Amino acid sequence: MIDGVLNSRWPQRLLHQPWKPILLIIAIGGFGAVVLYSAAAGSFDPWAARHLIRFAIFIVWMLSLSFVPLRFWLAIAWPLYAVVLVALVGVELLGAVKGGSQRWLELGFIRLQPSELMKLAVVLAIARFYHYMPRGAAGTLPALWPPLAFIFAPVALVLLQPDLGTAVTILAGGITLMFLGGLPWRFILVPGGLGLLSLPLLYSLMHDYQQRRVQIFLDPEKDPLGDGYHITQSKIAIGSGGLDGKGFLNGSQSHLDYLPEPHTDFVFATMAEEWGLLGGVGLIIAFLLVLNWGLRVGLATQTIFGRLLATGLSMTVFFYVLINLLMVMGFAPVVGIPLPLVSYGGSSMLTVMTAFGIIIGVWRQRTDRVL
Amino acid sequence: MASEADSRRQFDRRTLILGGVQAAAGAVLIGRMAWLAIREGERYSLAAEDNRVALHLIPPRRGWIVDATGQPLAQNRPAYALELVPSLVENLPATLAAIRRVLPIDPEDEARILREAENARGPSAVPIADDIGWDAYAAFNVELAGMEGVVPIRTYVRHYPDGEAFGHVLGYVGRPSAEQYKETGDRLYLIPGFRIGKDGVERSKEAALRGKPGARRVEVNARGRIVRELDTQPDTPGQTVQLTLDRGLQSFAAARVGKESVSLVVIDCLSGDIKCMLSMPAFDPNIFSNRIPGKLWAEMQAAETKPLLNKVTQGLYVPGSTFKLATALATLAEGVPPSDTVTCGGRYRVGSNTWHCHKRSGHGTVDMERAIAASCNVFFYTMARRIGPDAVADMARKLGLGQEFDIPMPVQREGTVPDPEWLMRRYDRKWTVADTLNTAIGQGYLQTNPLQLAVMAARLASGRLVVPRLVAGPKPAPFTPLPILPDYLDTVRRGMANVVNGPGGTARSARLKVDGVTLAGKTGTAQVRRISAGFRGGAGVERRFRDHALFVAFAPVEQPRYAVAVVVEHGISGSRAAAPIARDVVTWIYDREQAEKSLAAVVQAREAARRAAEAAAAAAAQAAAPVPPA
Repeated sequence: MIDGVLNSRWPQRLLHQPWKPILLIIAIGGFGAVVLYSAAAGSFDPWAARHLIRFAIFIVWMLSLSFVPLRFWLAIAWPLYAVVLVALVGVELLGAVKGGSQRWLELGFIRLQPSELMKLAVVLAIARFYHYMPRGAAGTLPALWPPLAFIFAPVALVLLQPDLGTAVTILAGGITLMFLGGLPWRFILVPGGLGLLSLPLLYSLMHDYQQRRVQIFLDPEKDPLGDGYHITQSKIAIGSGGLDGKGFLNGSQSHLDYLPEPHTDFVFATMAEEWGLLGGVGLIIAFLLVLNWGLRVGLATQTIFGRLLATGLSMTVFFYVLINLLMVMGFAPVVGIPLPLVSYGGSSMLTVMTAFGIIIGVWRQRTDRVL
Repeated sequence: MASEADSRRQFDRRTLILGGVQAAAGAVLIGRMAWLAIREGERYSLAAEDNRVALHLIPPRRGWIVDATGQPLAQNRPAYALELVPSLVENLPATLAAIRRVLPIDPEDEARILREAENARGPSAVPIADDIGWDAYAAFNVELAGMEGVVPIRTYVRHYPDGEAFGHVLGYVGRPSAEQYKETGDRLYLIPGFRIGKDGVERSKEAALRGKPGARRVEVNARGRIVRELDTQPDTPGQTVQLTLDRGLQSFAAARVGKESVSLVVIDCLSGDIKCMLSMPAFDPNIFSNRIPGKLWAEMQAAETKPLLNKVTQGLYVPGSTFKLATALATLAEGVPPSDTVTCGGRYRVGSNTWHCHKRSGHGTVDMERAIAASCNVFFYTMARRIGPDAVADMARKLGLGQEFDIPMPVQREGTVPDPEWLMRRYDRKWTVADTLNTAIGQGYLQTNPLQLAVMAARLASGRLVVPRLVAGPKPAPFTPLPILPDYLDTVRRGMANVVNGPGGTARSARLKVDGVTLAGKTGTAQVRRISAGFRGGAGVERRFRDHALFVAFAPVEQPRYAVAVVVEHGISGSRAAAPIARDVVTWIYDREQAEKSLAAVVQAREAARRAAEAAAAAAAQAAAPVPPA
């Protein structure tokens, strides 16, 4: 009887899943709940419980998205990009009217951050562009400016907010896609080299307070009670965890409020203090396995759009994770972006779970030769 | 045009490169984390521990100061205080307003609190008020829920049971100054409840009295709130310092002296113990140890009676006739027998100048004993000229004048014992006969403090070089004898006994009414203005020009035990103002009941005089006022 049901068409399709990465994603999100439980001093309230509920909903969301045909994404890629771009402008205008910077739109049921959606939209839009581009045309002018426009319009808007972390994520995601689309090496190496060389010039053009920030990033101990406080405390939390951590619920840095934002941007430090190097390595490897799987999906896929989506979205999530981890370990300035799936907060989870949903969708249609 | 396959290969290649980027990034992250957690782990563990654990020093309980019999002169009273931890306070003005509903804060304090709160770093506390009393403490404990950062604490406050009577000897305590903290760098100095000695024994014996602070290890959060107590190491209280003073004697003396400007010293001739060291008027160390009110301080500084000055060691007076004892001993030490006589005709001529005896008709033929009893100037003029000024100065120094003593008082002014060498050095002029004569009767450049006068009396009474001491200790070895024949010394003592007890003595008011004990003494008058200006410093002149009254004494005559020195500023007459005080103090030693009775009478008379003065003033005011119409 049960065999009969399982062997029928729909249960077959539902059970046909890339279980390894899905279980890894569930493990990462679940571990996030454990860390948030400790960050609230051993309480499900206010973060862990809501994190779990939200995460459960987003797993369903991810799996549902994976059944959406790639055709659909191809069709809405540019309209979606346009809508998100308008929303970004809208946020900017709202901020100007209300005074101060604003990053989200209040939609009643959800607080939507257009810049989060833009991380996905820019990948979709550029993937679509390359999908229809003639082969080998990547280095020509008509094939250069549209992706650059797709990238720099939102980057400029996000920088205005100002949200450096998100801007860098969008930029890195977009450039990666151009790289995958076949951009000749000289277009990568020359601007890249020039960019590196111009850093000192850029530094000299900065305001005093900006220079100060850079200095403190390079040497946070210079100002352990002022601007370098976040980085210093984060490093103390990670370093004091040692090999196997202080134990669950025993992190003094997070529980005694020395660690700023222990449940959002610096959740990795909260985790590392209690779980030590072993916990950190475990979490990093779990992320790498999932994201590496995304790359392999790209390699296995036939259609250009599908390949670019799987690889590009994997790399976008990768940059997301990387920037956060570099920040908490003191290798990047404090830019204020969370650690996907572990940090408390809906926006980043929405972005990442949507990306995974699309990647699983690509995986489902990897053998399709036409969309 | 590249083929579809070329394009695929390029994509695959580049995806592999991205895979390499992921792997490399993963390696960098893991390597960095290992560096932080393993290589630097110990350093960061210490830093985390340093964050987590705060060391709260517990100020040590200050050692007691007790008198010779172990009665407390300075002790610690449990008290309640209020502190503020600025890092825990969200809104300082609102918090202060809330505090003010329970406890008034004067503007001066408020300014200080705001200033200190601004400078406070980390979880350190700022004192709001000391000694707030149980009611306020209880009120704050009840209302604490609404006042984050306000900490009522239990502390100790220095307490001086006898107040003013011991103000100058003991000094007082206070918060260390910012300079003192800078000098020592001792974190203890930053604790609101910590006090250091500011004057007197409290200051001189600071090292013994302080003790060692305890420490409370607590777990604190980033804002400085205490989350958990870890462990506590109790403080080590300071040592008890035992003084030679007699609490009862000094309290009695203080009451006897009242509001007069008086210095009084009593020394035990056998041990050198200072039994009483009183300088009045004085400050109340209980008030000074809390916070010195600015107005009170200003008043005391301006006061003519100098209540801020310990006159026993810092008040310098011309010794007047009390110095004749030194001249007498110098004469005897030079080998002049006490039976040598001088004929006093009331005047003494040197060249064209004439020096008068205070008795214009003269004392007739006087020997040493009579000269002391009658305080005959001419006798001492003659003798001083005979032995020379250096002999007089040497003996004065041997008796303790011009000397500093090893007692725990921060300041001693040694005064002056002039001799020809000193005069040349100080004023660049030669010593003249006039200088010899002035010095012989205790005038001129001589300056002594009351403690020195008491030591002089003690050395003369015992015939030994008594070394005064204020800190109690084992019985000292017998002091070195003075280089004077005992018989000769007896003559001087007899002379002093006659001053008090003999017919025509200058201080018969000092006679004891105690069976078997007699008092011997010598009066003195120290001019505040020079006689040559044509004034006498008697009752007819303004108070500040009146002469100081001096009296040195010892008792009992037969077996000297206690030496006394009394200086009454502007008291006019040694016998009227100073001698009765010495008499009453010695009476207290031998017959407490009688002394208390006479004290009651003195207090009553003082009260009556005050009322009469008030009535007179009121009457004068009424007479001056216009008469109201009938």
